Amino acid sequence: MGEHVDGNSLAGPLSELFAVDLTMASARCLGCGDVSELARAMVYPDPTGYVVRCSQCDDVLMVVVQEPDSVCIELRGMAWLKVPR
Amino acid sequence: MSTLSERETRDAAPHRIGLWHAGVVVSTKTESPTGRSIVLDVPGWGGNIAGQHADLRLTAADGYQAVRSYSIASVSNGDRVELAVDRLPTGEVSPYLVDELRPGDQLELRGPLGGWFVWTPSLPGAVQLIGGGSGIVPLMAMIRSHTASGSDAPFRLLYSVRSPDDAFFRSELDTPTPGLDVTWLYTRVAPEGWGRPPGRITVDDLAGSAFAASLSPAVFVCGPTGFVESVATALVALGHDPHKVKTERFGGA
Repeated sequence: MGEHVDGNSLAGPLSELFAVDLTMASARCLGCGDVSELARAMVYPDPTGYVVRCSQCDDVLMVVVQEPDSVCIELRGMAWLKVPR
Repeated sequence: MSTLSERETRDAAPHRIGLWHAGVVVSTKTESPTGRSIVLDVPGWGGNIAGQHADLRLTAADGYQAVRSYSIASVSNGDRVELAVDRLPTGEVSPYLVDELRPGDQLELRGPLGGWFVWTPSLPGAVQLIGGGSGIVPLMAMIRSHTASGSDAPFRLLYSVRSPDDAFFRSELDTPTPGLDVTWLYTRVAPEGWGRPPGRITVDDLAGSAFAASLSPAVFVCGPTGFVESVATALVALGHDPHKVKTERFGGA
């Protein structure tokens, strides 16, 4: 397994999908309740996408899977995502 | 109910950062035995602030594409972008950028990316920069922004490199700059007579050379993942508020 990076690296891939910079958005972790900017999360890239984990408790916040015709974003680990305007 | 037609929706102005721009290499400069800086002209780029990065996309003759992220060393409101890249021995993209790329070559760039690990001259207060290896790159952009803007925010840099030869931007950092204090840390080979024996950055280095937690500096740490995590842990142990410590990891090395 490759070494992890952090949520800053999601800015490019997520710019394909969202018109705002989601790395500045704050997520509340369902596992531990921590609220942090997505930039602070831990990101584990793999050939099909990214697993994004809470920097405090390591629970999965988000999984991004890139498929030939679509991108699947699973948000099982977030209670909410607050996007600055 | 009245809604935008599909056509109107699709004709909406495209979001600037999600686009790939064609960039042309203007010049390259050797920074170290393994790294170099690359200046690109990227029509439509439109400028970036200090600390942001770009995604680079390379397409092989057979159509295979590789995308990598690189920090931007420059700050501007125009279409010039300076990157600096260290060659990763097992890398797929960095050996090409460091060894092969020539002025006039084209690359695709997407950005500027990332609004979190950034410094702008409007931010008041002391700034502590801590870089490991090519982690200096976004911090160099912050130093250049600080200098160009005439900001009076006190800046300090701790820059950890393997040996004196491995430093990026050596001459620029060795030029005395008002409001900037630079401390060099060598992990494997130090210059002759250097007071500190070579070794990885420690809590004592941070306690001795970085702004104290009591000054509440904004702290930016960038480097390989292991470097960033040991520094961030040490900063919190020294009493720095975790919310004031921003980190950017670039993985291996």
